[in-house]
Amino acid sequence: MTASARLPLVFVVHLSVFLLVVLWTIPTAGLLISSLRDKDQLAASGWWTAFSTSSQNLTGRAASPETQVERDGGFVVAGSLLEGGKKAKVSAFGVRPMQPAAFEAGAIAGIGDGRMLTVREDGSYELVSPVRMEGTRGQRIFYTAAVPPRFTLDNYREVLSAEGIGASFVNSLTVAIPSTVIPILVAAFCAYALAWMRFPGRAILIAVVVGLLVVPLQMSLIPLLKLYNGVGAFFGVPAKTYVGIWLAHMGFGLPLAIYLLRNYMAGLPREIMESARIDGAGDFDIFVKIVLPLSFPALASFAIFQFLWTWNDLLVAMVFLGTGDDELVLTGRLVNLLGSRGGNWEILTASAFVTIVVPLVVFFSLQRYLVRGLLAGSVKGG
Amino acid sequence: MNQLFYAVTTMAAGVLACVAYFYVTNRLLDRVFLSKGFTGAQASRNLRRANAIRPWLFMAPAIVALAVYLVYPVFESVRLSFHGRDGRAFVGLDNYLWMVTDGEFRQSIVNNFLWLLVVPALSTVFGLVIAALTDRIWWGNLARTLIFMPMAISFVGAAVIWKFVYDYRSAGNEQIGLLNALVVWLGAAPEAWMTIPFWNNFFLMAILIWIQTGFAMVILSAALRGIPQETVEAAVIDGANGVQIFFRIMVPQIRGAIAVVWTTITILVLKVFDIVLAMTNGQWQTQVLANLMFDWMFRGGGDFGRGAAIAVVIMMLVVPIMIWNIRNATRETEGR
Repeated sequence: MTASARLPLVFVVHLSVFLLVVLWTIPTAGLLISSLRDKDQLAASGWWTAFSTSSQNLTGRAASPETQVERDGGFVVAGSLLEGGKKAKVSAFGVRPMQPAAFEAGAIAGIGDGRMLTVREDGSYELVSPVRMEGTRGQRIFYTAAVPPRFTLDNYREVLSAEGIGASFVNSLTVAIPSTVIPILVAAFCAYALAWMRFPGRAILIAVVVGLLVVPLQMSLIPLLKLYNGVGAFFGVPAKTYVGIWLAHMGFGLPLAIYLLRNYMAGLPREIMESARIDGAGDFDIFVKIVLPLSFPALASFAIFQFLWTWNDLLVAMVFLGTGDDELVLTGRLVNLLGSRGGNWEILTASAFVTIVVPLVVFFSLQRYLVRGLLAGSVKGG
Repeated sequence: MNQLFYAVTTMAAGVLACVAYFYVTNRLLDRVFLSKGFTGAQASRNLRRANAIRPWLFMAPAIVALAVYLVYPVFESVRLSFHGRDGRAFVGLDNYLWMVTDGEFRQSIVNNFLWLLVVPALSTVFGLVIAALTDRIWWGNLARTLIFMPMAISFVGAAVIWKFVYDYRSAGNEQIGLLNALVVWLGAAPEAWMTIPFWNNFFLMAILIWIQTGFAMVILSAALRGIPQETVEAAVIDGANGVQIFFRIMVPQIRGAIAVVWTTITILVLKVFDIVLAMTNGQWQTQVLANLMFDWMFRGGGDFGRGAAIAVVIMMLVVPIMIWNIRNATRETEGR
């Protein structure tokens, strides 16, 4: 690029690419950071403040009056608001919800009936009353505290067990693995026939496969649902089973698989096949011993596509798989959580990250094949 | 874990069954039409017959699966669209007439056209710009990887990510959604973005654009690299500036790739379902055809007639692209 090698222009290019990259990654980064934050902090401040100390308005309760001790003619309840290893610096406190920061930390506040309350910076408090205090519930204390950033895996621990994400993770694997592996061989044989064998109707079949590539899934849903219900009723088995969804994913994935593999196989050098044929090899041997090993990159591309698609799928799973704990996949669970835990971002962010982590790992480790498959699958007629 | 074991076992069984099928039928064919041991005409006739049957043996499982899962349903859906809610009574064009008068359906059509206009266009433009820019800098590969990454994320996962970005709390509270925090920081009032009719469609589209730009970028970046360097150099010598080179020399040469990207994303847009379901489920006038179809499939026990009719409408919108694809593919195979 001779003409554009001028300095300011290069700077503009760097800057705009940088901005675009930030724009594209920041939503995911926000999710990841949030999922690791303490859930009180997550609810109180934006994730971009995650690394700075935040000021929070909190509520605590003094120990029960039953623990009071008599000292210097008064009755004293003492303790700390920051129990359980919480670290924070209290700056103000109060006892009325309307004035949660009425007094500065360390001040001695009269809170009625002659009682005196002090909350110090380290969170320790002392409530002194001239007469014996009654009841079992402790005095409510509102306080403002500067809380240092806290990162934790608690959110993950919670969603994996209590919210059923762990079970759904296994379900998703159960759906995705066979749905990825089984179609490969079926598609490969078909692709070889379409690429290298001569028979009447070949061109039409190729055209049909290309046409089926774009048939919307929506066309298949109702007829197949009826079919599955019919088959289930006829044999007395449940209509929604893993076998059913594996076969459905295979059927829906086949056009792309056949198309990708046929294009790749058709590009293999003719000489190899001809020399093998001269040596007396039949089509079966040529396919198994020569074409299949040579087609590995295309097989890998398809496998990645199919895995990402079956793992990320929601529609097929919602129609062909039940919603019990042993069948609900991650995407379905996430949709349910969006409905039931709409405001609990610590649950949602952690759950979402669990659902996207497997595809991301696949993506980053096998990106090369993914790109190659995309190019083979769509650049045509250009 | 038991379940995973079951899955892996079934998978192994399935693969083994496939191998066994292909191996056994192929052997059987060789047995039935022996070519060795015969002489002359008999041998060549047997060989010819075996070779006429073999392709169909290779293709049989795939053809059966395609027929059951894609071809038969297309015809069945069309048939069902002329029938009542349980698929038994013939109702003629009733389902289609209902559609025309149904407010929700018309809303979906309008929204779908909005999606069709905006998403493919912006994804392609962003993809093209990013492809062209990242080609010139040393960390272009890293940038491309990061922009490509949303491709791997499920629509539902993306919906959660963006719902968090769009999160809304009433004015005066600390905003934890990035967009509203930005808006407040700029001095405006926070908004519940999902509930603003018409504009909320665009907030949903942003999610799909975010996902699909990477796809467009990868395809267009490969196409840009395929441009012969001489054409660019000739333009430089003729005194063209960067912008002119890009629009007059480069873009026309990758027109084919742009068309492929555009049509691929168009088809995806027609099928988009997860994003709308997860973000709004069609509320606040964001309904689209695919979600409406799903809705009718199960609404009140399910109305298969109306559901199928909506599916047929989606199919109709896809058909032109399908024909265009088939034409291109046939031309390509004939050229071989």
